[in-house]
Amino acid sequence: MIEADDLRKTFTVYRRAGRLRRERRLVTAVDGVSFAVGPGEMVGYIGPNGAGKSTTIKMLTGILVPSSGKVSVAGLAPARRRTELARRIGVVFGNRSLLWWDLPLRDSFELLRHIYRVPAAQYRGRLAELGELLDLGPFMDTPVRQLSLGQRMRGELTAALLHAPKVLFLDEPTVGLDIVSKARVRDFLAELNRERGVTVLLTTHDLSDIERLCPRMVIIDHGKVLYDGGTVEIAARFGGERTLVVDLAESRPPLRLARGSVVRTDGPRQWIKFRSDETTAATLIAAVSEQAQLVDLSIEEPSIEEVVRRVYTGEAVPA
Amino acid sequence: MAERLAQLTTYRWLAGASIRARAQYRLTFALDFAAQFVAGLSDFLAILVIFHHLPQLGGWSLPEVAFLYGMAGISFALTDLWIGQLDTLGQMIRLGTFDVFLVRPLGSLFQVVASELQLKRLAKAGQAAAVLAYALANLHIAWSPARILMVAVAIGSGAAIFSGVWIAGSAISFWTTDVQEIVNSFTYGGSFLTSYPINIFGAWTRRLLAFVVPMAFVAYYPSLFILGKPDAVIGQPALAFASPLIAGLTLLAAAAVWRSGVRHYRSTGS
Amino acid sequence: MRAYWETAVRGYRRYATYRGATFAGAFTNTVFGVMRGYVLLALLEARPHVGGYDASDALTYVWLTQAMIMITYLWGWNELALRIVSGDVAVDLSRPIDFQGYWLAGDLGRALFHAIFRGIPPFLLGGLLFALHIPIDPRRWLAFIASLVLATVLSFSLRFIVNLSAFWLLDYRGILNVTTLTWTFLAGFVIPLNFLPEGPRAVLEALPFAGILQVPIDVFLGKRLGLDLLGALVFQAAWAAALLLAGRLLLAAAVRRLVVQGG
Repeated sequence: MIEADDLRKTFTVYRRAGRLRRERRLVTAVDGVSFAVGPGEMVGYIGPNGAGKSTTIKMLTGILVPSSGKVSVAGLAPARRRTELARRIGVVFGNRSLLWWDLPLRDSFELLRHIYRVPAAQYRGRLAELGELLDLGPFMDTPVRQLSLGQRMRGELTAALLHAPKVLFLDEPTVGLDIVSKARVRDFLAELNRERGVTVLLTTHDLSDIERLCPRMVIIDHGKVLYDGGTVEIAARFGGERTLVVDLAESRPPLRLARGSVVRTDGPRQWIKFRSDETTAATLIAAVSEQAQLVDLSIEEPSIEEVVRRVYTGEAVPA
Repeated sequence: MAERLAQLTTYRWLAGASIRARAQYRLTFALDFAAQFVAGLSDFLAILVIFHHLPQLGGWSLPEVAFLYGMAGISFALTDLWIGQLDTLGQMIRLGTFDVFLVRPLGSLFQVVASELQLKRLAKAGQAAAVLAYALANLHIAWSPARILMVAVAIGSGAAIFSGVWIAGSAISFWTTDVQEIVNSFTYGGSFLTSYPINIFGAWTRRLLAFVVPMAFVAYYPSLFILGKPDAVIGQPALAFASPLIAGLTLLAAAAVWRSGVRHYRSTGS
Repeated sequence: MRAYWETAVRGYRRYATYRGATFAGAFTNTVFGVMRGYVLLALLEARPHVGGYDASDALTYVWLTQAMIMITYLWGWNELALRIVSGDVAVDLSRPIDFQGYWLAGDLGRALFHAIFRGIPPFLLGGLLFALHIPIDPRRWLAFIASLVLATVLSFSLRFIVNLSAFWLLDYRGILNVTTLTWTFLAGFVIPLNFLPEGPRAVLEALPFAGILQVPIDVFLGKRLGLDLLGALVFQAAWAAALLLAGRLLLAAAVRRLVVQGG
């Protein structure tokens, strides 16, 4: 369904050097990316900010023309057959809207029906189905500018799927969403892939999105693919690791704990790494309280930046 | 043919949506409409004041200049009505709206143009039409079928020439979004220029307007033909008949510039 | 006092970052200067003296208006309205500095930037292309600069009032457009006020808008001398003071409304 073969994209960036001159710099955003996604697969495309994710998506959807390399989506070359491809794909952007700002949500769908030339009966059916799955009923007639982010995202998903595309690209769709909305979106995507066989490429820098949805993930950093394989292995290695950040009443030498290790201290604050399959946060907190007076605490989930760093440095990437 | 009809339907829906969106801000729409009228009136008042001191400007009487102004004004207002939103292309690119266009199964220029139908421009069209009516009432034109036809042809070609200039000029945003305002010199500048008889402008300006940016074909040559005036500058009034051809060429050139711009945008990002 | 200075500097710097737009704007100013110049030249070639202007005066008037359009920001200044709509104005209101003074200082900083980069270049080009009437007497230049500063303050006082409408109408754009286009003509941008027939001319010359363009230009051209010059500056200052006061009253009303509504 999606085939990228040694995909490259280089930009010329100009920077002002002094009053009148400009200096040129070549930035390679995508540096030889190759992967293939079969029909009906759900793949996560993850990397830190600036890794080249958005640039890849733009090349896959026809917005950008690659500097070199081959790419094919739904059997078409995106750069050359943009309008044809547009009928077969759906795209959801995290920071750009597919909807019409001042008009009721319903109107946006109606307009898209005309843009994509969806036959009336099919449109009604799709809208009913998606409307129910995403629970759009209550706000179908609300102007998009008045919707909450979660509601708007559900609208965007509907907008992208009205014309029954075979491939769905999602570029950071859960950014800024609250937990409830995120869960809703994830459930919907899972069902879409499972029941309808829509091929999904999900770009994100939120690891938990991928853990819950994508059996396969591709890690990209500095324009290169670092890892292309099962999510389970990565999750097992890194996903279970969390950090408990405790603020003690006073500075102390690092605590000694059975199931967690202090990786960093800064005055009264200590960072304790632990694995969720070995202990729970609650147990650990209790253990800390036995040794010292606890003033405040928070829990950090593993960040993609850290996962990437560790994969990059070759730390136990499973075969 | 069916394709064209479908496109027209799509255009109708998209443009209609923009009208509905604007209609929500009734006060602003009413005031914008009034503002357009005031602007047009100001321009014509300047001409009236000039003629307060003179019987003729560059060999043209007040009703004759009013005729020119009216023809050019209607052409320009119609153009602004349907593609004025090209001025926001820079903003569309910066905000990423243009990328959304690229992901849809429609041409990019079509989508930019269809994104809005600026009804407030009808105020300027109405004002220009009123001036034209005044001109026609005060001129003794020897009407012939050719001249009557020329009125319609001139307005249509004029709008097409303005459109071409607007499209080609706006495409500059694909290379750099900062200098959008330069296009105003061509579009609004063109509107100003075409309202006056071309012979009052400097020699090189006249040549520029006849051969490079063909504004002279918007209202000047057609008016020479209709009014039966000799051309004080270059060529013949019969050049008026070249207007549709010039309009077609301008649009073709503009489409090429636009395509080139989109190609550049798609290879360098933003 | 220091705070006002810093605000002015910041005003200057903010606009200095828009290099491309500044160049494009200056280019457009020049193009329009050429076109409007030719129109008035056509008039004055047929009638050598109109409204006390000769051809050189009229051309200078055209190029000065093009230079001054951005200095006085005659068209579409909406910075304050934007901050009101977004709610950020609350931050400005809570500062220990006078609100109107703060905005005026920023505007003067901006005006200086525009004077240098959008005012001088087109005017210089105009001077190369046409025979302009440029004063040699340094006192005339001083008088002009004083008049120009007053014109900017006067224009600010009007813009301030119009922007405040955003407190009442969330959608201020319509009011902004109408007022902008109306006072463009009334200030003498489209045609010099002294070209108008007697009746309308007398009315428009009494209105504050005349103080934005027509008065400073007449000072530059040496049409207002001696006591008349004093009269011109007093005219500008008086209107500016009156409108600034009106602005303050309007602001007070807006703030009261804000407090009551808890916006």
